[in-house]
Parts: sequence; structure tokens; C-alpha cells
Amino acid sequence: METFALIFYIGLLACCFLCLYRIGRGPSAPDRTVAIDILGTVIVGFCAVLGLVTGKDFYLNVALAWALLSFIGTIALAKFLEGRSFDD
Amino acid sequence: MTDIIGYILMVIGVLFDIFGCIGLVRFPDVYNRLQAATKCVTLGTITLLVGVALIDGWSPMSAKAIICAVFILITSPTAAHAIAKGAYASGVELWEKSVVDKYAEEVEKS
Repeated sequence: METFALIFYIGLLACCFLCLYRIGRGPSAPDRTVAIDILGTVIVGFCAVLGLVTGKDFYLNVALAWALLSFIGTIALAKFLEGRSFDD
Repeated sequence: MTDIIGYILMVIGVLFDIFGCIGLVRFPDVYNRLQAATKCVTLGTITLLVGVALIDGWSPMSAKAIICAVFILITSPTAAHAIAKGAYASGVELWEKSVVDKYAEEVEKS
């Protein structure tokens, strides 16, 4: 289990660093929004792996809350990019 | 037996996540990056969560993992659609080797 866990941690951390590279480098605002959305989804998977390895199930609560907040933030940023106000 | 299937699903999920994030870095355009990263990372994370649920068996943790997977399956394409529309409306250019732009034709027609 421990060696498996190390493989999963390294793979998902590589994903997170690639997303962070795109957030820092991305030439326009939609690039950064896409990378933030993808980073949120990767972190949900990371929380699930952490919960399985440590055996504590509050990590899955963190994953649920993170998925919800990431979705709401992405929708708000997309509406902001579209140039409309938040009530139409 | 279900443990082995769960570990195989988790390895497949992590591989899909890595491929999606490589696509996010390597592709030339907002729209290309969006389609590569969203599809690969959605499938990878759902596979990872289903693997976690299979390994853990009947427990609150696997129930939460399944709920999380269904939630991501619903919300991730919605967010990608909203970002694509917002990027087009904010005036991001297509890649110069793109060959077709159906959305501009539709806007022009209406």
C-alpha cells in the first residue's frame, strides 16, 4: 500500500505543478481560468487518495466541499469573462 | 479481487490525469487546452474515485466518493462550456492554423 501511495502522490503532484505552470505562464485570463478549474478537479482526486491511504474519511468531506466551491468559482469567473453582470 | 480491480482503476485514473495536464501545458490555444484537459481530467478523476470506492467496500467513505464522482460528472462539462463561451466573448483569438469556426458563422447568421 505504501509504495502504491507514493506512486499516486508523485503522479498527482506532477499534475498540480503542470497546472500551476499554466496558471503562472498563461498568456490570457481564460487560460488561467481553465487551469484553476483543472487544478480543483485534480485536488479532489488527491483528497480521495489521501483518505484511502490514511483511513480517515474526513478527507472525502474536504473533497466534496472543494468540488462544490471550485464549480461555483469557475462559473463566476466565466460569467465575468463573458462581460455580463451576475444577475442575468 | 475487488482490491486488484480498484488498484488498476486508480492507476488508469492517475495516468489520465497526467496526460490531461500535459495537454494543458503543451497545446497552443485556449480552446485546444480546454478540450484536452477537461475531458482527460474528468475521466481520470472519476476513475480514481470509483477505484477508491471499490477498495474501501461498503462504508461512508465509498458513499462519499461515489457522490463526489457523480457531482464531478455533472459539473465539469458545464464549467468547460461556460469557460469556452466566456473566452470567445472576451475576444481570445483562435490558433492561426485552425480551419473552422462554426460559432462565428452562427453569430453572423442570426
